[in-house]
Amino acid sequence: MGWAIALHGGAGDIPRSLPPERREPRMATLRRSLDLAVAALQAGRTALDVVELVVRELENCPHFNAGKGSVLTSDGTVEMEASIMDGNTMRCGAVSGLSTVVNAISLARLVMEKTPHIYLGFHGAEAFARDQGVETRDPGHFITDENIERLRLAKQANRVQIDYTQPMKAQPPTDDNSRIGTVGCVAIDSSGNLATATSTGGLVNKMAGRIGDTPIIGAGTYASPLCAVSATGKGESIIRHTVGRDVAALMEHRGLPLKEAAARVVAGVPRGDVGLVAVSAAGEVTMVYNTSGMFRACATEDGYSEVGIWPEADSDANANGGN
Amino acid sequence: MGRWAIAIHGGAGVDPNLPEQRQEEAKRVLARCLQLGVDLLRAGSSALDVVEAVVRELETDPCFNSGRGSALTRAGTVEMEASIMDGRGRRCGAVSGVSTVRNPVSLARRVMEKSPHSYLAFAGAEDFARDQGLEVVDNSYFITDENVGMLKLAKEANTILFDYRVPLSGADTCALAAAASDNANGMVMNGLPISIYAPETVGCAVVDSNGFTAAATSTGGLMNKMTGRIGDSPLIGAGTYACGLCAVSCTGEGEAIIRSTLARDVAAVMEYKGLPLQEAVDFCVKERLDEGFAGLIAVSGTGEVAYGFNCTGMFRGCATEDGFMEVGIWE
Repeated sequence: MGWAIALHGGAGDIPRSLPPERREPRMATLRRSLDLAVAALQAGRTALDVVELVVRELENCPHFNAGKGSVLTSDGTVEMEASIMDGNTMRCGAVSGLSTVVNAISLARLVMEKTPHIYLGFHGAEAFARDQGVETRDPGHFITDENIERLRLAKQANRVQIDYTQPMKAQPPTDDNSRIGTVGCVAIDSSGNLATATSTGGLVNKMAGRIGDTPIIGAGTYASPLCAVSATGKGESIIRHTVGRDVAALMEHRGLPLKEAAARVVAGVPRGDVGLVAVSAAGEVTMVYNTSGMFRACATEDGYSEVGIWPEADSDANANGGN
Repeated sequence: MGRWAIAIHGGAGVDPNLPEQRQEEAKRVLARCLQLGVDLLRAGSSALDVVEAVVRELETDPCFNSGRGSALTRAGTVEMEASIMDGRGRRCGAVSGVSTVRNPVSLARRVMEKSPHSYLAFAGAEDFARDQGLEVVDNSYFITDENVGMLKLAKEANTILFDYRVPLSGADTCALAAAASDNANGMVMNGLPISIYAPETVGCAVVDSNGFTAAATSTGGLMNKMTGRIGDSPLIGAGTYACGLCAVSCTGEGEAIIRSTLARDVAAVMEYKGLPLQEAVDFCVKERLDEGFAGLIAVSGTGEVAYGFNCTGMFRGCATEDGFMEVGIWE
């Protein structure tokens, strides 16, 4: 048994026609984050440190919906959220409603380590960030032109929907990142510690104050001594299906191996709503989704690695020795 | 045709030294709220309507830590949270950081039914309450003199309290600090001796005669909590859960309930291990809670009621269609 790592940059309806200028920066960030994680694991960093490190890297990339590049609320603001959990101790931390904290995931870790609580939200979380001296920026730092345009389009579509009594037909996916792009990472280190972390800006045109699955322990994020899970997709669906905990519950209460547990949970959620990455205490990795694609990457100590968007045939996989 | 059943709670971790008068008062409130639920079920109300109505009643009475009578933050304000879940379709709604909405559980239901989301918090939740025309009151409505006194004591002891209903004279605050460090003597929760620890979150779980389940939980959270602190009550799977098999509402040390996803696990143990309700509840209380103290109430889709706790007592009541009715605090 050795270390293993998996990370994601969101699952959803990702069109195969995704132009290279939208695909390549994300693929590059996934590869860079994976390399960072592998180096850290090889250097003996703990799983908890590694998931935080990777999610920080993904938050800093403006092409994913977390940290800089977070999508906007209907008020045109950003409200970021994140959570982190350690598998063996089951300690966890979560934050919601952040508007100035550069790396939400690191604040979640501080909530876990420096407060008697697990979860802080909105002004209380912002005040805690200042107490702790974490890096903050003006809210404008997080807002990209691309996301201003996404909000404009979303509002336009909403208006259309209100004006016509007939529900709108599903629009062909013109945008690959309007409700996806949450980021997450799971890892097991060579000492057998498991950890998970997830971070997001939520969904475009969300109501101010909306909380999704990402900061909710047991929904978007969960780790136990058996496995670590980070989920992404339609938040409301992931919450009601307690996706993260259910992977662990199937292993714990039904004795299923990781891959079967994860596949069963994903199959039980409405099609198009969820994707997840998970690692087990036995060092297995799984990346499953019932959407058309998921930005994802993984690696194990025995030399396997994979970086992909759509189902396996198109992904960039490398078994030990290459093939 | 199924048989209806209802269970309610007003918090776990009750101090054995709680004055008799206060125990009686709590039991009277529980009995009244339970009877309200029973009457509604007999009249054919849905599980979802019943859990909302019962929790509203518990919120409105200042006896427990929810709605009026909520615990205070460090800043002396009230920040309430609540959630509701309909076992049918597993629809759910939740709110946190609510400061003016008279009945947070009803706002949670509006989030479920009238918003595209499952969970709204703080200013966004307050705005939504106004859009929906829910009854709002000044924050001071929720603040009782008793809780102002408790916050003062909690600050002097520099601790977070769930609640504090045991009378202490001023001189006793030193004794309190001493007791808190004396782990050897009696049970300790969050570093506090059980004798000063009385969480009084409220909740209700119901199955109606159509076999549909629902659960709801509402709280003011911890006394002297940091502003912005979110506990288990609004978190689906932690404090509240309902599905076809059962409905569950938890109370106690929020952080332990979140880590163990306690409410969902009762259902998961039924679903994946095939245990009946009471065995599932016992299993989760014994195996899923780490060093944390908590309790829960539950009903099954087939009309059973169950409860469990690993602390000294839990304010609770339950009733079933065949005429069984009970209100209790201790084992």
